[in-house]
Amino acid sequence: MNALLERLLGRLPIGWLQLSHNKGRFAAAIAGVAFATLLVLMQLGIQGAMKIGSLMPYSLLNADIIISANDGSTLTDRSNVARARMFQALGVAGVAAGAPAYIGMLEFRQPNGVPTTLQTFGFSVADKAFTTPGVAAKFDQLALENTSLIDTKTRGVDATIFADLEAGTPYPFEVNGQTLTAVDTIKVGGTFAADGTMFISDQTFLRFFGNRTSNAPNHILLKVDEGISPAVVLERLREKFKGQALTIETLDAFAAADLAFQTTERPTGIVFGFGVIMGTIVGIVIVYQVLSTDVANHLREYATFKAMGYDQRFFLGIVTEEAIILAILGYIPGLVASFGLYKVMTMLTSLPVQMDGARIVYVFLGTVIACALSGAIATRRLAAADPADLF
Amino acid sequence: MGAPAISVSQLDHFFGSGEALKQAIFDVNLEVERGKLTILMGPSGSGKTTLLTLMGCLRDVQSGSVLLLGDELREAPETRLVSLRRRLGFIFQAHNLHESLTATQNVLMGLQVHGKGDRTKQRKAARHMLGLVGLSDRLDYLPSSLSGGQKQRVAVARALVSNPEVVFADEPTAALDKESGHTVVKMLKTLGETRGTTTVMVTHDNRILEMADRIITLEEGRVISDEHQT
Ligand SMILES: Nc1ncnc2c1ncn2[C@@H]1O[C@H](COP(=O)(O)OP(=O)(O)OP(=O)(O)O)[C@@H](O)[C@H]1O
Ligand SMILES: [Mg+2]
Repeated sequence: MNALLERLLGRLPIGWLQLSHNKGRFAAAIAGVAFATLLVLMQLGIQGAMKIGSLMPYSLLNADIIISANDGSTLTDRSNVARARMFQALGVAGVAAGAPAYIGMLEFRQPNGVPTTLQTFGFSVADKAFTTPGVAAKFDQLALENTSLIDTKTRGVDATIFADLEAGTPYPFEVNGQTLTAVDTIKVGGTFAADGTMFISDQTFLRFFGNRTSNAPNHILLKVDEGISPAVVLERLREKFKGQALTIETLDAFAAADLAFQTTERPTGIVFGFGVIMGTIVGIVIVYQVLSTDVANHLREYATFKAMGYDQRFFLGIVTEEAIILAILGYIPGLVASFGLYKVMTMLTSLPVQMDGARIVYVFLGTVIACALSGAIATRRLAAADPADLF
Repeated sequence: MGAPAISVSQLDHFFGSGEALKQAIFDVNLEVERGKLTILMGPSGSGKTTLLTLMGCLRDVQSGSVLLLGDELREAPETRLVSLRRRLGFIFQAHNLHESLTATQNVLMGLQVHGKGDRTKQRKAARHMLGLVGLSDRLDYLPSSLSGGQKQRVAVARALVSNPEVVFADEPTAALDKESGHTVVKMLKTLGETRGTTTVMVTHDNRILEMADRIITLEEGRVISDEHQT
C-alpha cells in the first residue's frame, strides 16, 4: 500500500501514514463515512421506492393520451369522467381507439385475518390492448365472471398461493361478501398506497364496486393513429373540450405531473426529500469533523512542515489524500450495507427499494467531493497562520 | 568575508492589540556573519524566540527590516518566504517529528521539499545523514520508540540533510538531560562547521557557550551585550 501510494503521489504518502497510524481513530473515521453513506443511500432508496411506486400504475397502461377530471393531481384522487367524452374524442381526427379505465381499491382478508389492499384496474376484455403486453396476454381469461389476475408480489400474502396459482390451481378469496377467483398472476409490487395490484374485467369491477356505473370510469385512455404525433391530437382534443373541467394530457406528461406532485407537494414526498438533505448534511458534518480533528491533532507537525518550506498546496494534497482514502474506504462498506438493508426493507415492506447505477455513481462522487471540500476547509487555518504561532 | 547572512535593523515587534498590545522586541540592530555559530542568550521572556523566528521567516516582520540571505522579509510575499524557508534548517525546543513517519521518512521530508528527485538517492542521503548523528541502527523506528535525545538527533538530521545555508535552533536541548543535550549541540556545531553553515542558536548550555563564535544577550527585548569570541 505504502509503496503503491508513494509511486502514485511522487512523495511519501503522509495522509495514508497519518490515518493508518492511529488504527482506532482510523476505524472510527471509516465507520463515520460509511454511516453517512448508508444514511444517504437509505433515504435515496426510500425516496426512489416512492417514485417507482407512483410511476408503477402507469407502467401497466398502454395509451398515448389520458382524459380525466381536472379536480385532482394523481391517478386516484379525481372525480370520475363521463364515458360520453370517449365517444366524442373518437370523433376527433387522429384518435384511433379509446377505452374507459376503472380503478379502485379492494380489500380482502387473508385466512390469517390480515387485511390486504389491492389497487384494482377494470378494463373491458376487448380493450386489453390498453394494458401492458404482459397483462394483455393473460387478459382473455378474465372474460369469465368474477376472475382476476393477481400480483405475486402482493405484500404479506403466503407465497405458496402464488406457486399453486402458477401451477394451474385457481385461488378463490372473499371480497365484500362475494367470491373472487384469482386465475393467473402478474408481477408488479407494492406501493405506499396499496399492498399489490389486481386486474379484473369491467363487468367484474362493476359487480364488486356497487356504487360505480359503466358510464363514469376514472379515466379515458386513447391511442392515436399511426404516424401522427400525440401532441397534435392532444391540441385538437383540448380545442374540442375547451372550457370543460377536464385534464387532457399525454400519458407520460400525466405520469410526470403525478410524480412531481407526490415528491414536492405531498407531505410524505417532502419528508423523504428532507431525509436525503439531512443525510447529506450529517454526512458532511461527520467527514468535516474527522478531517478537521485530524488537522488540529497534527498542527505542530504541519507547522514544522510549513517552517521547512512546504506550501499550502502540499497540505491540501495531504488532506485531499486523506479525504479520498476515507471516501473510498467508507463508501464501500456503506454501499454493501445499504444493499443488505434494501433487501431487508423490500422483504419487510415489499416496497420497490432498489439500487440503481446512477445512484451508486452519484453518491460516490458526492462522498468524494464532500470529503475533499471538508478537507480543504479544514486546512484553511494553516494557510493564514505564521508557522511560529502554530507551535 | 562577503555580505552577512542576516542583517537586522531597527526591528520592533508587538504581540496582541489594543489594551493587550505588548512590545517584545525593541529596536534591535545586528548582523550575523556567514559560517559562524552565533548564540542568543537571555532570561526567560526576553524575546529570544521572537527574534529567532523573525529572522527565520516564521513570523511576520511588522516594523524595521530583516535581510535574510539578501532578501527583505518585511512585506515579502508568501512565495518568497516559502522558497527562502527551503534554504534554512530549523530545530525546535520540542523535536516536532511526525509521529506516523519513521526516522528515515522524517529526514526524507527535509529533502522532498526541494522536489521529487530520485527516490533511491534521497533515501540513501537520509540514511547517511542519520548515520552521521549516530542513528544508523534506528532508521526505521517511529518517534514513539526513540528516546528524547534520539528524537532530537533525528530532528537535527532532518534540518541538516538538505545542506541549508542557515540553521536556526531554539533551545534544542531543553527537553533533554545534560549529557544527551550536549551531544546534540555538539553535533550541530561540528556538522555546521564542516559544511560552512551559519548557525543561530538559543541555548543555556554553558559548555556550548565556549564553542560559540559570538554571544548575543537579550533582556526585555533589547540587545544588552554582544561578544565576539576567539
Ligand atoms: N504569541 C504570543 N502572544 C503574545 N505574547 C507573546 C507571544 N509570544 C511571546 N510573547 C511574549 O513576548 C515576550 C518574549 O517572548 P519570547 O518567547 O520571545 O521569549 P524567550 O526569550 O524565548 O523566553 P523563553 O526563554 O522562556 O523561551 C514575552 O513577554 C512573551 O510573553
Ligand atoms: Mg523561547
